[in-house]
Amino acid sequence: MKILVCMKQVPQKDAPLKLNEAGTWIREDVSYEVNEPDAFALEEALRQKEKHSGEVVVITAGPARAMQVLREALAKGADRAIHLEDNAFVGLDAYNTARAIAAAIKDEKFDLIFTGLQSDDYGYAQTGVILAQILGLPHATIIMQIEKTEAGIRVKRELEAGFFQFVDVPLPAVLTIQSGINKLRYATLIGIKQAKTKPMRKVTLADVQSAMGNNLQKIDKMYIPEKSKNTEFLEGSPSEIAKKLVEKLKNELRVI
Amino acid sequence: MAETIFVIVEQREGKLNRVSWETIAAGQAIAAETGWSLEAGVVGSGVSAIASEVAQKKVSKVYDVESPKLEPYTPDAFAHALKSFLEKYPAKLVLMPHTYQVRDFVPKLATSMETTAITDAVGYKYEGGKLSFTRQMFQGKFMADVSFAGTGPCFVTFQNGSFRGDKAEAGGGAAAVETFNVDVPDGVIRNKPQEVFKEAKQAVDLTQAEIIVSVGRGIKEQKNIELAKQLADALGGELAASRPICDNGWLPMDRQIGSSGQTVAPKLYLALGISGAIQHIVGMKGARSIVAINKDSEAPIFEISDYAVVGNLFDIVPPLIEEIKKARG
Repeated sequence: MKILVCMKQVPQKDAPLKLNEAGTWIREDVSYEVNEPDAFALEEALRQKEKHSGEVVVITAGPARAMQVLREALAKGADRAIHLEDNAFVGLDAYNTARAIAAAIKDEKFDLIFTGLQSDDYGYAQTGVILAQILGLPHATIIMQIEKTEAGIRVKRELEAGFFQFVDVPLPAVLTIQSGINKLRYATLIGIKQAKTKPMRKVTLADVQSAMGNNLQKIDKMYIPEKSKNTEFLEGSPSEIAKKLVEKLKNELRVI
Repeated sequence: MAETIFVIVEQREGKLNRVSWETIAAGQAIAAETGWSLEAGVVGSGVSAIASEVAQKKVSKVYDVESPKLEPYTPDAFAHALKSFLEKYPAKLVLMPHTYQVRDFVPKLATSMETTAITDAVGYKYEGGKLSFTRQMFQGKFMADVSFAGTGPCFVTFQNGSFRGDKAEAGGGAAAVETFNVDVPDGVIRNKPQEVFKEAKQAVDLTQAEIIVSVGRGIKEQKNIELAKQLADALGGELAASRPICDNGWLPMDRQIGSSGQTVAPKLYLALGISGAIQHIVGMKGARSIVAINKDSEAPIFEISDYAVVGNLFDIVPPLIEEIKKARG
C-alpha cells in the first residue's frame, strides 16, 4: 500500500501564545510540535505498511520550520517527504491548503491518504474531506481502526456519545484519523540517522499557485475570549487554598 | 429580493437530533437581525414526520429532501442530494449543527459547490451590514471573527450549546412542507456503512453524577490517577477524564467527558490539570459550577470556571482532600 500522510506543525500545547499587532494571528515566535492527530495518522500509516508492505510518504505545507515535522516522520520510518515551503501556507483556508496538496501530488498515485481529524490551531476539521472531493476519492472521517479487505478497506468510524460504525470503503480513499487509534512509537537512533539520507522534495508556492485561488474565508479579527463567568481566583499557600476552596464548596456551591 | 437562510436539521434513523433546535434558534436570530427569510430542511428517506415537526417552528417553509438512497447515511449521497437541492433553491446562508455527521459531509458539499464552510462557530455578529461568525481558535485560547470572502452559498456549522434550543420560537401556524425528491444515480455512493453500535455496555453513567472530579494531561502519570480518585471519593463523586487520559488507557473510555464521550451537567465539576480544549468543554460546560486547578494561568478552562486555582495540583489536592474530610466529619 502506498500511503500519503498529511501533517501539520502547530504551536506546542502549553506554549504561551500572544496575538500579533494586527490582531489577526498569533506571534509566531513560539515552540512548535506536530499536530497530535497527525502523529497518530503517521503511526497508522507505518503500521499498515508493516502489515501490507508499500511506501509511506509524508507531506506538510508551511514555512522552513515545518520541515521538523517531516524529519521526525522520516526518523520514525516514513520513506520520503514533500515540503510545500512558504510562509504563505500558514494563512490558507482549508480549501486552498487542500488544493495546494492536491497540486503537489498530482503525478503520484496513492492507495490511501491520511490526515489527522483536525488541527489544534484552526480546528476546522475539513482539509482531508476537501482533498478527497478535489481528487474525486471516497472518504471516511474520525477513524479508529483500519482493516484491509479483498475489495478495499473496512474502517471503524467513531460517532458521538460512545457509538461506532464499520464502513466498507473502496480504494483509493482519504481517511481522517482520530487520536488514540494506536500507540505512538518513538524514533530510534538509527532511524534518526537514516532520516538524513531519505528524499525530501521541496515544492514552492509558485509551483502550485495556479491550482489555488483566493481564500474563501477570512479571519477579520482574533482576540482573547471574553469571560462568560465571574471567575474567582483563589490564592495563597496550598493549605490556605484548600481551606478557601472547601469553604466555597460548602457555603457557596453547597456540595459538601 | 430577500435573501434566504436555510437550516438543515439532523435526523438519525428517523429521529430528529434535538441539537437541531439550537440551529433553528440561531437561524431565527440571524433572520430577525438581517431581515432575511428563514427556511428549513430535512434530508433522508421517509422523514416527512420530521419535516412536519420542524414546520411547527417559526420558519417560512420546510423542505423534505427525499431519496431511498439517503438511508443509511453516506457522505456521498448527502452531499449529492443537498447540492441538487441548493442548485434549485439557492440560499445565501446554510446553517447546520456541528455534529460528527455534518463534519463528515459538509466540507465535501461546500467544495462541490466551489464554496466554503465556517465550521464549529459559537456565535455570529451582524455589524454594518456585514455578517461574521465567531469561532474558537488554538483550542479555545483565542476567539476569531471569520467572514465569507466568496459568493456563497455560505455554510456554517454551530457548536453544541451555542444557542438555546428551547428558545426556538414556535410559528403562528404550521409552515408549508414541500417534498423534494432527489435522484441519487447508481455509482454516486461508494461507501458501504454497517450498523451503528455501542462498544461495550457503559458501566458508568456519568450523566447522573452530581459531583464529578475530572483529570486531564496535567495528571502526568497513570499512578497519579489514584490521587484524583481519593478526591472524588472524599467528595462522594465520580471520577472522569479528558480524552488523552482515556487514549492512554489510564482510565476506561466510558469515563471520558467531551464530544466523543459523555455530556454531563453535574452540580460540581472539578477539573484537575485540564486545559479546556473545545472537544472537552462541549461535554461539561452545562455544569452548574466549575472549579479548575491548573498550572497554566491562561488555560481556557478558567474562562468558564466559577473558582480557579492557578497552581500545581499535586501540591493542592492532598490538603484539599484533608479539608474535605474534616468538613464532612
